[in-house]
Amino acid sequence: MTDAALPEVAPKGVWARLARKKLALLGLALIALTVAGAVFAPILTPYSPDTQHFDGLTLEGAPLPPGGAFPLGTDLLGRDLLTRLLYGARTSLVIGIAANGLALLIGTLVGVTAGYFRGWTGSILMRFTDLMTAFPALLLAICLAAIFQPSLWIVVLVIAMVNWVQTARVLYTETTSLAEREFIAATRALGAGHGRILFLHILPHLVPTIIVWGTLGISTTVLLEATLSFLGIGVQPPIPSWGNIIFENQTYFQSAPWLVFIPGAAILMLALSFNLVGDALRDVLDPTERGRT
Amino acid sequence: MAGYLARRLLQAALILLGVSFITFFLLYVLPADPVRQIAGRSATAQTVENIRSQLGLDQPFIVQYWRYLTGLLQGDMGRSYLQRSEVADLIAARLPATLLLMAAAIACELVFGLTMGVLAALRRGTPIDTGLMLTSFVAVSAPQFVVGLLLLYVFAVQLGWFPIGGYGTMAHVVLPAVTLGILGSGWYARMMRSSMIDVLRQDYIRTARAKGLARRRIILGHALPNAILPIVAMIGIDIGIFMGGIVVVESVFGWPGIGQLSWQAIQRVDIPIIMGVTLVSACAIVLGNLLADLVTPFIDPRIRIR
Repeated sequence: MTDAALPEVAPKGVWARLARKKLALLGLALIALTVAGAVFAPILTPYSPDTQHFDGLTLEGAPLPPGGAFPLGTDLLGRDLLTRLLYGARTSLVIGIAANGLALLIGTLVGVTAGYFRGWTGSILMRFTDLMTAFPALLLAICLAAIFQPSLWIVVLVIAMVNWVQTARVLYTETTSLAEREFIAATRALGAGHGRILFLHILPHLVPTIIVWGTLGISTTVLLEATLSFLGIGVQPPIPSWGNIIFENQTYFQSAPWLVFIPGAAILMLALSFNLVGDALRDVLDPTERGRT
Repeated sequence: MAGYLARRLLQAALILLGVSFITFFLLYVLPADPVRQIAGRSATAQTVENIRSQLGLDQPFIVQYWRYLTGLLQGDMGRSYLQRSEVADLIAARLPATLLLMAAAIACELVFGLTMGVLAALRRGTPIDTGLMLTSFVAVSAPQFVVGLLLLYVFAVQLGWFPIGGYGTMAHVVLPAVTLGILGSGWYARMMRSSMIDVLRQDYIRTARAKGLARRRIILGHALPNAILPIVAMIGIDIGIFMGGIVVVESVFGWPGIGQLSWQAIQRVDIPIIMGVTLVSACAIVLGNLLADLVTPFIDPRIRIR
């Protein structure tokens, strides 16, 4: 119960406040590391992700352990694991950002429309959102992904279809309370149309929430992609993804555990970093939470 | 109260109706053909058509759905296409294993999560707090299949403390339950920490301190019970989160529950089983949420049901 001394005066800018949070900085550093790895993959590794190296397997045909010419070892086909991880980071980031962006778009559209127009439209949209929450998200995603011919963009679509619900609910609540405020009534009295009110007066107030949920959502998306790929219904080999590297190599999991745990650690790291940053952003951006804990 | 309950139950029924319609529709329009799976590769076009009409799959969508729905209302979930039994029997046979796994997972996440949350709140602002919160973030960011494989590797393959997979004794439950519970323990740790911090700020805690009560008694006797109460309501919501996780956890550990049943059914396009499991899961989610809402006012009388 020894509360820290008097609270310091919080610095003004978002970045300055974010920079005081150690865990957020850790998260940002990890994200920067992953993005750098993905972007500079061709420079960072001399190999191609698809080359099956002649000397990449033992004489018995088993994968090589980490060390030597292949810093993280090789996979079951004699491909360099580090190279596949670096290129796999591209898949994870592309899916994470695209799927989450799409989910955010759907969620914002549904939440804001329902919250602003209320009435029948709002009712129907929100009942549909309630309906979606009753679906076990992972089961639905697995069902959809298993039944479609899997491809990168199908995975993006499937993930977006199950991940928009939470954003919609949060934004619905915020929009309904915003729409009842005086400044909106005043704007309407001045003769502003729905479009003008929505885009110039409501949406700007929702930006902090959208940023927070967008950041946290990337973490969920990355995990969902990894899970689908691990089950063999996500991103399909030979395109490397962290989930499908584990899927391909899990038969070697007892004799070559690094093939499972190194990509596993990469997935954890990326999901963790977006969670850390998202949580810190919530503290920094959300006016109702500011100053608490 | 009775009116509220009736309204919520009606709402739940409508949601389940919607879930059944959407799932049925998705499975109907999606390109995978169950008849091909049943008939096998070498079947003639005639056999395929025979099977199709036998199963009623040549009927229009709305007729098929209506037939399924009326069957469902009479307690008939249909027959599996590939396994020669009733879906209801298949699910009933698998459900106890899944419920056991979930119960153990709930115990596990409560023990880990609440302990971490209380410790972090009591050591607020110290490196212990930061470390515990980082741990809770790791818990919610860890992919379940990696956690499962890691636990298997360390505790079953290397140390040999637990069996590698399967079902039967209490030792079989431990690793899958921890895997399933780790995600929730992260959330509980964070909720428990803020709940505990809130409670420690209350006047009655200050009063207890002022009258000279030992710190230990204040924390265990006054703060902890009050801080835990709002957390209890969350258990209902967990059930929904577990419903997704069991598919992965059961397939990693070879646990014979409904998660494994549904995963096998999805791979073979066994539509009646997919429908059945989805509906059972949706039921669990809806009831879990209802339970959470019903429990809250009992725990905190300030919250009234409207």
